Amino acid sequence: MEGIDLGNAFAQSLSGLGVPADVARALWLPLPMIVILLTVTVGVIAAVWGERKWSGMMQQRWGPTIIGLGGSIQGAADGVKLLIKEDIIPIKADPWLFTLGPAIVIIPVFFSYLVIPFGQGLVLSDITIGIFFIIAVASISPIGALMAGYASNNKYALLGGLRAAAQSISYEIPLALSVLAIVMMSSSLSTVDIVEQQETLGLFSFFSWNIWRQPIGFVIFLISALAETERAPFDLPEAESELVAGHHTEYTGMKFALFYLSEYANLILASLIASVLFLGGWSFIVPLEPLAALFGIEAANPVFQVVNALVGISVTILKATFFVFLAILARWTLPRVRIDQLLDLGWKFLLPVSLFNLLLTAALVLLSNTLKTTLPLYLPLVIFVGLVFVAMSLQKRPAAKPTAARA
Amino acid sequence: MFVLSGYDALLIFLMLSALVPVLALTISSLLRPKGSGAFRTTTYESGVDPRGDSWIQFNIRYYMFALVFVVFDVETVFLYPWAAAFNQLGLLAFIEALIFIAILVVALVYAWRKGALEWT
Repeated sequence: MEGIDLGNAFAQSLSGLGVPADVARALWLPLPMIVILLTVTVGVIAAVWGERKWSGMMQQRWGPTIIGLGGSIQGAADGVKLLIKEDIIPIKADPWLFTLGPAIVIIPVFFSYLVIPFGQGLVLSDITIGIFFIIAVASISPIGALMAGYASNNKYALLGGLRAAAQSISYEIPLALSVLAIVMMSSSLSTVDIVEQQETLGLFSFFSWNIWRQPIGFVIFLISALAETERAPFDLPEAESELVAGHHTEYTGMKFALFYLSEYANLILASLIASVLFLGGWSFIVPLEPLAALFGIEAANPVFQVVNALVGISVTILKATFFVFLAILARWTLPRVRIDQLLDLGWKFLLPVSLFNLLLTAALVLLSNTLKTTLPLYLPLVIFVGLVFVAMSLQKRPAAKPTAARA
Repeated sequence: MFVLSGYDALLIFLMLSALVPVLALTISSLLRPKGSGAFRTTTYESGVDPRGDSWIQFNIRYYMFALVFVVFDVETVFLYPWAAAFNQLGLLAFIEALIFIAILVVALVYAWRKGALEWT
Protein backbone atom coordinates (compact mmCIF):
# COMPACT_ATOMS: atom_id res chain seq x y z
CA MET A 1 0.00 0.00 0.00
CA GLU A 2 2.64 2.53 -1.01
CA GLY A 3 1.61 5.66 -2.84
CA ILE A 4 3.73 7.26 -5.52
CA ASP A 5 7.21 8.08 -4.33
CA LEU A 6 8.05 11.38 -5.97
CA GLY A 7 11.14 11.72 -3.79
CA ASN A 8 12.75 8.56 -5.15
CA ALA A 9 11.85 9.45 -8.71
CA PHE A 10 13.46 12.87 -8.24
CA ALA A 11 16.57 11.38 -6.63
CA GLN A 12 16.89 8.79 -9.40
CA SER A 13 16.56 11.34 -12.18
CA LEU A 14 19.22 13.47 -10.49
CA SER A 15 21.61 10.58 -10.00
CA GLY A 16 21.08 9.87 -13.68
CA LEU A 17 22.70 13.27 -14.21
CA GLY A 18 25.64 12.21 -12.07
CA VAL A 19 24.63 13.71 -8.71
CA PRO A 20 25.44 11.54 -5.64
CA ALA A 21 22.36 9.87 -4.08
CA ASP A 22 22.71 11.59 -0.68
CA VAL A 23 22.97 15.02 -2.27
CA ALA A 24 19.94 14.28 -4.44
CA ARG A 25 17.94 13.33 -1.36
CA ALA A 26 19.08 16.43 0.53
CA LEU A 27 18.07 18.55 -2.47
CA TRP A 28 14.66 16.88 -2.61
CA LEU A 29 13.77 17.31 1.09
CA PRO A 30 12.97 21.05 1.21
CA LEU A 31 11.01 21.09 -2.09
CA PRO A 32 7.68 19.60 -0.88
CA MET A 33 8.01 21.73 2.27
CA ILE A 34 8.21 24.93 0.26
CA VAL A 35 5.25 23.71 -1.80
CA ILE A 36 3.28 23.10 1.42
CA LEU A 37 4.15 26.53 2.86
CA LEU A 38 3.06 28.23 -0.38
CA THR A 39 -0.10 26.10 -0.56
CA VAL A 40 -1.01 27.06 2.98
CA THR A 41 -0.56 30.74 2.14
CA VAL A 42 -2.73 30.39 -0.97
CA GLY A 43 -5.20 28.41 1.14
CA VAL A 44 -5.34 31.29 3.62
CA ILE A 45 -6.11 33.74 0.80
CA ALA A 46 -8.84 31.39 -0.43
CA ALA A 47 -10.24 30.94 3.08
CA VAL A 48 -10.33 34.69 3.71
CA TRP A 49 -12.11 35.20 0.40
CA GLY A 50 -14.55 32.37 1.15
CA GLU A 51 -15.25 33.72 4.59
CA ARG A 52 -15.80 37.31 3.41
CA LYS A 53 -17.93 36.22 0.50
CA TRP A 54 -20.06 33.85 2.58
CA SER A 55 -20.37 36.36 5.42
CA GLY A 56 -21.55 38.86 2.84
CA MET A 57 -24.16 36.46 1.54
CA MET A 58 -25.42 35.73 5.05
CA GLN A 59 -25.83 39.45 5.66
CA GLN A 60 -27.34 40.21 2.27
CA ARG A 61 -24.40 42.15 0.90
CA TRP A 62 -21.80 41.39 -1.74
CA GLY A 63 -18.52 41.06 0.11
CA PRO A 64 -15.36 41.71 -1.95
CA THR A 65 -16.09 42.18 -5.66
CA ILE A 66 -13.45 44.39 -7.25
CA ILE A 67 -10.04 42.67 -7.22
CA GLY A 68 -9.89 39.48 -9.25
CA LEU A 69 -12.84 37.40 -10.37
CA GLY A 70 -15.53 38.07 -7.75
CA GLY A 71 -12.93 39.64 -5.46
CA SER A 72 -11.05 36.35 -5.26
CA ILE A 73 -7.55 37.80 -4.89
CA GLN A 74 -8.58 40.49 -2.43
CA GLY A 75 -6.60 38.63 0.24
CA ALA A 76 -3.39 38.73 -1.81
CA ALA A 77 -3.89 42.45 -2.42
CA ASP A 78 -4.39 43.00 1.30
CA GLY A 79 -1.18 41.08 1.94
CA VAL A 80 0.78 43.32 -0.43
CA LYS A 81 -0.78 46.37 1.20
CA LEU A 82 0.23 45.21 4.68
CA LEU A 83 3.74 44.44 3.42
CA ILE A 84 4.36 48.10 2.54
CA LYS A 85 2.63 49.57 5.61
CA GLU A 86 4.54 51.42 8.28
CA ASP A 87 5.58 49.39 11.32
CA ILE A 88 4.63 51.13 14.57
CA ILE A 89 6.13 50.00 17.87
CA PRO A 90 4.52 51.92 20.74
CA ILE A 91 7.05 53.93 22.72
CA LYS A 92 6.00 52.24 25.96
CA ALA A 93 6.15 48.70 24.54
CA ASP A 94 8.95 46.20 24.91
CA PRO A 95 10.31 46.21 21.33
CA TRP A 96 11.94 42.75 21.46
CA LEU A 97 8.96 40.86 22.84
CA PHE A 98 6.68 42.93 20.63
CA THR A 99 8.51 41.66 17.52
CA LEU A 100 8.96 38.11 18.83
CA GLY A 101 5.24 37.69 19.64
CA PRO A 102 3.86 37.29 16.09
CA ALA A 103 6.80 35.07 15.11
CA ILE A 104 6.12 32.69 18.00
CA VAL A 105 2.44 32.62 17.09
CA ILE A 106 3.00 31.70 13.46
CA ILE A 107 5.95 29.28 13.53
CA PRO A 108 4.14 26.43 15.39
CA VAL A 109 1.12 26.75 13.09
CA PHE A 110 3.21 26.23 9.96
CA PHE A 111 5.38 23.65 11.71
CA SER A 112 2.30 21.52 12.48
CA TYR A 113 1.67 20.93 8.76
CA LEU A 114 4.62 18.52 8.87
CA VAL A 115 2.46 15.50 9.71
CA ILE A 116 -0.72 16.30 7.74
CA PRO A 117 -1.20 13.61 5.06
CA PHE A 118 -2.69 14.84 1.78
CA GLY A 119 -2.80 11.42 0.18
CA GLN A 120 -1.20 8.01 0.31
CA GLY A 121 2.49 8.72 0.87
CA LEU A 122 1.88 12.45 0.39
CA VAL A 123 3.01 13.59 3.81
CA LEU A 124 6.07 15.69 4.60
CA SER A 125 7.25 13.32 7.29
CA ASP A 126 5.39 10.38 8.79
CA ILE A 127 7.01 10.61 12.21
CA THR A 128 5.71 8.01 14.66
CA ILE A 129 4.42 10.53 17.21
CA GLY A 130 2.26 12.24 14.53
CA ILE A 131 -0.84 13.62 16.16
CA PHE A 132 0.88 14.03 19.53
CA PHE A 133 3.42 16.25 17.79
CA ILE A 134 0.61 18.53 16.59
CA ILE A 135 -0.92 18.79 20.05
CA ALA A 136 2.47 19.53 21.60
CA VAL A 137 3.50 22.11 19.01
CA ALA A 138 0.10 23.81 18.80
CA SER A 139 0.20 24.71 22.49
CA ILE A 140 3.20 26.98 21.90
CA SER A 141 1.15 29.55 19.95
CA PRO A 142 -0.75 30.99 22.97
CA ILE A 143 2.64 31.87 24.53
CA GLY A 144 3.21 34.14 21.55
CA ALA A 145 -0.23 35.71 22.00
CA LEU A 146 0.47 36.26 25.70
CA MET A 147 3.89 37.70 24.85
CA ALA A 148 2.37 40.08 22.30
CA GLY A 149 -0.34 41.16 24.74
CA TYR A 150 2.12 41.79 27.55
CA ALA A 151 4.75 43.50 25.40
CA SER A 152 2.22 45.96 23.94
CA ASN A 153 1.79 47.60 27.36
CA ASN A 154 -1.81 48.19 26.41
CA LYS A 155 -4.73 47.25 28.65
CA TYR A 156 -6.83 45.74 25.89
CA ALA A 157 -3.88 43.78 24.56
CA LEU A 158 -2.93 42.46 27.99
CA LEU A 159 -6.48 41.29 28.73
CA GLY A 160 -6.70 39.72 25.28
CA GLY A 161 -3.44 37.86 25.77
CA LEU A 162 -4.50 36.58 29.18
CA ARG A 163 -7.84 35.44 27.79
CA ALA A 164 -6.09 33.64 24.95
CA ALA A 165 -3.97 31.75 27.46
CA ALA A 166 -6.92 30.89 29.73
CA GLN A 167 -8.97 29.70 26.77
CA SER A 168 -6.26 27.59 25.22
CA ILE A 169 -5.45 25.77 28.47
CA SER A 170 -9.13 25.15 29.14
CA TYR A 171 -9.84 23.49 25.81
CA GLU A 172 -6.57 21.71 25.27
CA ILE A 173 -7.47 18.89 27.64
CA PRO A 174 -10.85 17.94 26.07
CA LEU A 175 -9.15 18.19 22.67
CA ALA A 176 -6.27 15.95 23.71
CA LEU A 177 -8.66 13.44 25.32
CA SER A 178 -10.89 13.19 22.24
CA VAL A 179 -7.79 12.61 20.11
CA LEU A 180 -6.70 10.02 22.66
CA ALA A 181 -9.82 7.96 21.97
CA ILE A 182 -8.96 7.95 18.25
CA VAL A 183 -5.38 6.94 19.03
CA MET A 184 -6.71 4.05 21.09
CA MET A 185 -8.80 2.78 18.18
CA SER A 186 -5.95 2.92 15.68
CA SER A 187 -3.22 1.86 18.17
CA SER A 188 -0.92 4.42 16.64
CA LEU A 189 -0.06 8.08 16.95
CA SER A 190 0.93 8.40 13.31
CA THR A 191 -1.53 10.39 11.20
CA VAL A 192 -0.98 8.05 8.24
CA ASP A 193 -1.84 5.01 10.37
CA ILE A 194 -4.93 6.78 11.69
CA VAL A 195 -6.18 7.32 8.13
CA GLU A 196 -5.32 3.78 7.03
CA GLN A 197 -7.17 2.36 10.02
CA GLN A 198 -10.29 4.06 8.61
CA GLU A 199 -9.95 2.15 5.33
CA THR A 200 -10.29 -1.33 6.79
CA LEU A 201 -13.75 -2.32 5.56
CA GLY A 202 -12.83 -2.68 1.88
CA LEU A 203 -15.53 -1.21 -0.36
CA PHE A 204 -17.60 -0.15 2.66
CA SER A 205 -14.80 1.83 4.29
CA PHE A 206 -17.18 4.77 4.55
CA PHE A 207 -18.58 3.09 7.66
CA SER A 208 -15.19 2.67 9.24
CA TRP A 209 -14.62 6.44 9.32
CA ASN A 210 -14.10 7.49 12.89
CA ILE A 211 -17.08 9.84 12.86
CA TRP A 212 -19.35 6.78 13.12
CA ARG A 213 -17.30 5.19 15.88
CA GLN A 214 -16.49 8.37 17.80
CA PRO A 215 -19.51 10.70 17.45
CA ILE A 216 -19.10 12.01 21.00
CA GLY A 217 -15.39 12.58 20.47
CA PHE A 218 -16.17 14.30 17.16
CA VAL A 219 -18.46 16.86 18.78
CA ILE A 220 -15.96 17.45 21.60
CA PHE A 221 -13.20 17.87 19.03
CA LEU A 222 -15.22 20.34 16.95
CA ILE A 223 -16.07 22.54 19.94
CA SER A 224 -12.55 22.43 21.36
CA ALA A 225 -10.96 23.08 17.98
CA LEU A 226 -13.19 26.12 17.47
CA ALA A 227 -12.09 27.38 20.88
CA GLU A 228 -8.41 26.59 20.26
CA THR A 229 -8.43 28.47 16.97
CA GLU A 230 -10.14 31.39 18.74
CA ARG A 231 -12.94 31.46 16.24
CA ALA A 232 -16.43 32.76 16.95
CA PRO A 233 -18.37 31.97 19.14
CA PHE A 234 -15.19 31.55 21.19
CA ASP A 235 -13.35 34.63 19.90
CA LEU A 236 -13.08 36.19 23.36
CA PRO A 237 -9.35 37.01 23.09
CA GLU A 238 -10.16 39.50 20.36
CA ALA A 239 -13.76 40.30 21.11
CA GLU A 240 -13.94 43.52 19.12
CA SER A 241 -16.80 45.02 21.11
CA GLU A 242 -14.89 44.62 24.37
CA LEU A 243 -11.16 44.54 23.65
CA VAL A 244 -10.78 46.37 20.30
CA ALA A 245 -8.65 43.59 18.79
CA GLY A 246 -7.25 41.79 21.82
CA HIS A 247 -3.60 40.91 21.81
CA HIS A 248 -2.92 42.44 18.39
CA THR A 249 -4.48 45.84 19.14
CA GLU A 250 -1.16 47.68 18.78
CA TYR A 251 0.11 45.79 15.76
CA THR A 252 0.40 47.28 12.29
CA GLY A 253 1.77 46.25 8.92
CA MET A 254 3.48 42.92 8.47
CA LYS A 255 3.35 41.94 12.14
CA PHE A 256 -0.41 42.27 12.06
CA ALA A 257 -0.42 40.29 8.81
CA LEU A 258 1.47 37.49 10.56
CA PHE A 259 -1.24 37.29 13.23
CA TYR A 260 -3.91 37.28 10.55
CA LEU A 261 -2.11 34.63 8.53
CA SER A 262 -1.60 32.42 11.57
CA GLU A 263 -5.28 32.69 12.52
CA TYR A 264 -6.46 31.39 9.16
CA ALA A 265 -3.61 28.90 8.75
CA ASN A 266 -4.63 27.57 12.15
CA LEU A 267 -8.27 27.28 11.05
CA ILE A 268 -7.23 25.33 7.94
CA LEU A 269 -4.92 23.18 10.06
CA ALA A 270 -7.71 22.36 12.51
CA SER A 271 -10.01 21.49 9.60
CA LEU A 272 -7.38 19.22 8.08
CA ILE A 273 -6.81 17.49 11.42
CA ALA A 274 -10.56 17.03 11.87
CA SER A 275 -10.84 15.42 8.43
CA VAL A 276 -7.84 13.20 9.07
CA LEU A 277 -9.07 12.08 12.48
CA PHE A 278 -12.78 11.71 11.83
CA LEU A 279 -13.57 11.76 8.10
CA GLY A 280 -11.01 9.31 6.83
CA GLY A 281 -8.43 11.81 5.58
CA TRP A 282 -7.65 11.19 1.93
CA SER A 283 -10.04 8.24 1.48
CA PHE A 284 -12.91 8.74 -0.93
CA ILE A 285 -16.45 7.61 0.02
CA VAL A 286 -15.74 4.44 -1.95
CA PRO A 287 -12.03 3.71 -1.55
CA LEU A 288 -10.33 3.58 -4.95
CA GLU A 289 -8.05 0.61 -4.44
CA PRO A 290 -10.71 -2.09 -3.92
CA LEU A 291 -12.83 -0.35 -6.56
CA ALA A 292 -9.99 -0.57 -9.08
CA ALA A 293 -9.45 -4.20 -8.10
CA LEU A 294 -13.09 -4.85 -9.11
CA PHE A 295 -12.28 -3.63 -12.61
CA GLY A 296 -9.04 -5.59 -12.67
CA ILE A 297 -6.72 -2.58 -12.41
CA GLU A 298 -3.63 -3.23 -10.34
CA ALA A 299 -2.60 -0.86 -7.56
CA ALA A 300 0.88 -0.64 -9.10
CA ASN A 301 -0.50 0.78 -12.35
CA PRO A 302 1.17 4.21 -12.76
CA VAL A 303 -1.95 5.85 -14.21
CA PHE A 304 -4.00 4.56 -11.31
CA GLN A 305 -1.41 5.85 -8.84
CA VAL A 306 -1.53 9.35 -10.30
CA VAL A 307 -5.35 9.33 -10.27
CA ASN A 308 -5.30 7.98 -6.71
CA ALA A 309 -2.94 10.73 -5.54
CA LEU A 310 -4.98 13.47 -7.24
CA VAL A 311 -8.25 12.16 -5.80
CA GLY A 312 -6.57 11.91 -2.39
CA ILE A 313 -5.43 15.53 -2.43
CA SER A 314 -8.78 16.83 -3.70
CA VAL A 315 -10.77 14.78 -1.20
CA THR A 316 -8.59 15.96 1.71
CA ILE A 317 -8.98 19.58 0.65
CA LEU A 318 -12.74 19.17 0.12
CA LYS A 319 -13.21 17.68 3.57
CA ALA A 320 -11.15 20.48 5.13
CA THR A 321 -13.20 23.04 3.18
CA PHE A 322 -16.31 21.55 4.71
CA PHE A 323 -14.98 22.20 8.21
CA VAL A 324 -13.86 25.73 7.32
CA PHE A 325 -17.37 26.33 6.01
CA LEU A 326 -18.82 24.95 9.25
CA ALA A 327 -16.66 27.38 11.25
CA ILE A 328 -17.87 30.33 9.16
CA LEU A 329 -21.45 29.18 9.57
CA ALA A 330 -20.96 28.95 13.37
CA ARG A 331 -19.51 32.45 13.41
CA TRP A 332 -22.67 34.00 12.00
CA THR A 333 -25.11 31.71 13.79
CA LEU A 334 -23.98 31.60 17.41
CA PRO A 335 -23.58 34.62 19.70
CA ARG A 336 -20.25 35.04 21.46
CA VAL A 337 -20.07 33.32 24.85
CA ARG A 338 -19.01 35.06 28.08
CA ILE A 339 -15.68 34.14 29.68
CA ASP A 340 -17.34 32.34 32.61
CA GLN A 341 -19.61 30.40 30.24
CA LEU A 342 -16.56 29.52 28.19
CA LEU A 343 -14.67 28.14 31.18
CA ASP A 344 -17.76 26.35 32.51
CA LEU A 345 -18.29 24.64 29.17
CA GLY A 346 -14.66 23.56 29.03
CA TRP A 347 -14.12 22.37 32.58
CA LYS A 348 -17.54 21.27 33.80
CA PHE A 349 -18.96 19.77 30.64
CA LEU A 350 -16.38 18.88 28.00
CA LEU A 351 -13.74 17.55 30.39
CA PRO A 352 -16.01 15.02 32.21
CA VAL A 353 -17.68 14.01 28.94
CA SER A 354 -14.36 13.46 27.20
CA LEU A 355 -13.08 11.37 30.14
CA PHE A 356 -16.27 9.30 29.91
CA ASN A 357 -15.83 8.96 26.16
CA LEU A 358 -12.25 7.77 26.64
CA LEU A 359 -13.22 5.08 29.13
CA LEU A 360 -16.19 4.01 27.00
CA THR A 361 -13.90 3.67 23.98
CA ALA A 362 -11.39 1.68 26.01
CA ALA A 363 -14.10 -0.70 27.20
CA LEU A 364 -15.51 -1.12 23.69
CA VAL A 365 -12.09 -1.70 22.12
CA LEU A 366 -11.49 -4.34 24.77
CA LEU A 367 -14.88 -5.91 24.03
CA SER A 368 -14.37 -5.91 20.27
CA ASN A 369 -10.91 -7.46 20.68
CA THR A 370 -12.41 -10.23 22.78
CA LEU A 371 -15.38 -10.84 20.45
CA LYS A 372 -13.19 -10.37 17.34
CA THR A 373 -15.73 -8.06 15.69
CA THR A 374 -15.86 -4.31 15.19
CA LEU A 375 -19.59 -4.08 15.91
CA PRO A 376 -19.30 -2.93 19.58
CA LEU A 377 -17.38 0.13 18.35
CA TYR A 378 -20.61 1.52 16.92
CA LEU A 379 -22.33 1.59 20.33
CA PRO A 380 -21.37 5.28 20.91
CA LEU A 381 -23.26 6.14 17.72
CA VAL A 382 -26.40 4.52 19.14
CA ILE A 383 -25.90 6.36 22.44
CA PHE A 384 -25.27 9.62 20.62
CA VAL A 385 -28.33 9.40 18.35
CA GLY A 386 -30.43 8.41 21.39
CA LEU A 387 -29.16 11.42 23.37
CA VAL A 388 -29.92 13.76 20.47
CA PHE A 389 -33.46 12.39 20.27
CA VAL A 390 -33.99 12.76 24.03
CA ALA A 391 -32.60 16.30 23.95
CA MET A 392 -34.85 17.23 21.05
CA SER A 393 -37.97 15.82 22.66
CA LEU A 394 -37.17 17.51 25.99
CA GLN A 395 -36.70 20.87 24.31
CA LYS A 396 -39.57 23.17 25.03
CA ARG A 397 -41.51 23.86 21.92
CA PRO A 398 -42.41 27.49 21.42
CA ALA A 399 -46.09 27.98 22.03
CA ALA A 400 -48.01 28.09 18.79
CA LYS A 401 -48.60 31.61 17.68
CA PRO A 402 -52.15 32.65 18.39
CA THR A 403 -53.66 33.03 14.99
CA ALA A 404 -55.21 36.40 14.61
CA ALA A 405 -58.93 36.13 14.44
CA ARG A 406 -60.05 36.98 11.02
CA ALA A 407 -63.32 38.43 10.25
CA MET B 1 21.65 9.95 9.03
CA PHE B 2 19.28 10.00 11.99
CA VAL B 3 18.38 7.15 14.30
CA LEU B 4 14.67 8.09 14.21
CA SER B 5 13.38 8.15 10.66
CA GLY B 6 11.65 11.28 9.48
CA TYR B 7 13.20 13.62 12.00
CA ASP B 8 15.67 15.10 9.50
CA ALA B 9 12.63 16.42 7.63
CA LEU B 10 11.30 17.76 10.93
CA LEU B 11 14.44 19.80 11.56
CA ILE B 12 14.48 21.24 8.05
CA PHE B 13 10.79 22.07 8.19
CA LEU B 14 11.26 23.81 11.56
CA MET B 15 13.97 25.97 10.02
CA LEU B 16 11.83 26.71 6.95
CA SER B 17 8.80 27.69 9.04
CA ALA B 18 11.00 29.86 11.25
CA LEU B 19 12.17 31.53 8.07
CA VAL B 20 8.61 32.64 7.20
CA PRO B 21 8.28 35.46 9.79
CA VAL B 22 11.96 36.42 9.38
CA LEU B 23 11.56 36.78 5.62
CA ALA B 24 8.22 38.55 5.89
CA LEU B 25 9.53 41.13 8.36
CA THR B 26 12.81 41.63 6.47
CA ILE B 27 11.12 42.19 3.11
CA SER B 28 8.61 44.48 4.76
CA SER B 29 11.38 46.51 6.45
CA LEU B 30 12.95 47.12 3.04
CA LEU B 31 9.71 48.31 1.48
CA ARG B 32 7.80 50.16 4.17
CA PRO B 33 8.06 53.89 4.85
CA LYS B 34 9.33 55.21 8.15
CA GLY B 35 6.83 57.44 9.85
CA SER B 36 7.62 60.06 12.42
CA GLY B 37 5.75 62.01 15.06
CA ALA B 38 5.23 61.44 18.77
CA PHE B 39 1.53 60.70 18.61
CA ARG B 40 1.71 57.60 16.47
CA THR B 41 3.79 55.78 19.05
CA THR B 42 1.51 56.44 22.02
CA THR B 43 -0.48 53.56 23.47
CA TYR B 44 -3.91 53.09 21.94
CA GLU B 45 -6.76 53.57 24.35
CA SER B 46 -9.83 54.30 22.24
CA GLY B 47 -8.56 57.72 21.21
CA VAL B 48 -8.14 59.28 24.66
CA ASP B 49 -4.82 59.75 26.42
CA PRO B 50 -3.86 56.45 28.09
CA ARG B 51 -4.25 56.47 31.85
CA GLY B 52 -1.44 54.77 33.69
CA ASP B 53 0.61 51.73 32.74
CA SER B 54 -0.67 48.25 32.11
CA TRP B 55 2.43 46.65 33.63
CA ILE B 56 0.91 46.71 37.10
CA GLN B 57 0.05 44.11 39.70
CA PHE B 58 -3.39 42.73 39.16
CA ASN B 59 -5.38 39.63 39.97
CA ILE B 60 -4.89 36.93 37.36
CA ARG B 61 -8.16 35.20 38.01
CA TYR B 62 -7.51 31.98 36.23
CA TYR B 63 -4.40 30.90 38.10
CA MET B 64 -6.46 28.17 39.77
CA PHE B 65 -7.48 26.96 36.30
CA ALA B 66 -3.82 26.91 35.38
CA LEU B 67 -3.05 24.67 38.38
CA VAL B 68 -5.84 22.22 37.49
CA PHE B 69 -4.67 22.35 33.88
CA VAL B 70 -1.18 21.20 34.83
CA VAL B 71 -2.65 18.16 36.62
CA PHE B 72 -4.78 17.12 33.65
CA ASP B 73 -2.20 17.94 31.01
CA VAL B 74 0.30 15.65 32.69
CA GLU B 75 -2.48 13.07 32.89
CA THR B 76 -3.03 13.16 29.12
CA VAL B 77 0.72 12.81 28.57
CA PHE B 78 0.67 9.69 30.75
CA LEU B 79 -2.37 8.32 28.94
CA TYR B 80 -0.99 8.68 25.38
CA PRO B 81 1.44 5.73 25.55
CA TRP B 82 -1.28 3.72 27.28
CA ALA B 83 -3.75 4.44 24.47
CA ALA B 84 -1.25 3.75 21.70
CA ALA B 85 -0.35 0.37 23.19
CA PHE B 86 -3.84 -0.47 24.44
CA ASN B 87 -4.50 -3.29 21.97
CA GLN B 88 -1.54 -5.28 23.26
CA LEU B 89 -2.10 -4.57 26.93
CA GLY B 90 -5.54 -6.01 27.57
CA LEU B 91 -7.82 -5.97 30.59
CA LEU B 92 -5.27 -5.29 33.32
CA ALA B 93 -4.11 -2.05 31.70
CA PHE B 94 -7.72 -0.96 31.37
CA ILE B 95 -8.34 -1.46 35.10
CA GLU B 96 -5.12 0.33 35.97
CA ALA B 97 -6.04 3.32 33.82
CA LEU B 98 -9.51 3.25 35.36
CA ILE B 99 -7.99 3.63 38.84
CA PHE B 100 -5.64 6.35 37.58
CA ILE B 101 -8.49 8.34 36.00
CA ALA B 102 -10.69 7.78 39.07
CA ILE B 103 -8.04 9.43 41.28
CA LEU B 104 -7.95 12.41 38.92
CA VAL B 105 -11.74 12.62 38.80
CA VAL B 106 -11.67 12.85 42.61
CA ALA B 107 -9.21 15.72 42.22
CA LEU B 108 -11.49 17.38 39.69
CA VAL B 109 -14.52 17.02 41.97
CA TYR B 110 -12.47 18.43 44.86
CA ALA B 111 -11.37 21.44 42.79
CA TRP B 112 -14.94 21.91 41.61
CA ARG B 113 -16.35 21.81 45.18
CA LYS B 114 -13.63 24.16 46.39
CA GLY B 115 -14.74 26.67 43.77
CA ALA B 116 -11.50 26.59 41.79
CA LEU B 117 -13.50 26.33 38.57
CA GLU B 118 -15.56 29.45 39.22
CA TRP B 119 -14.83 32.71 37.44
CA THR B 120 -15.45 35.05 40.35
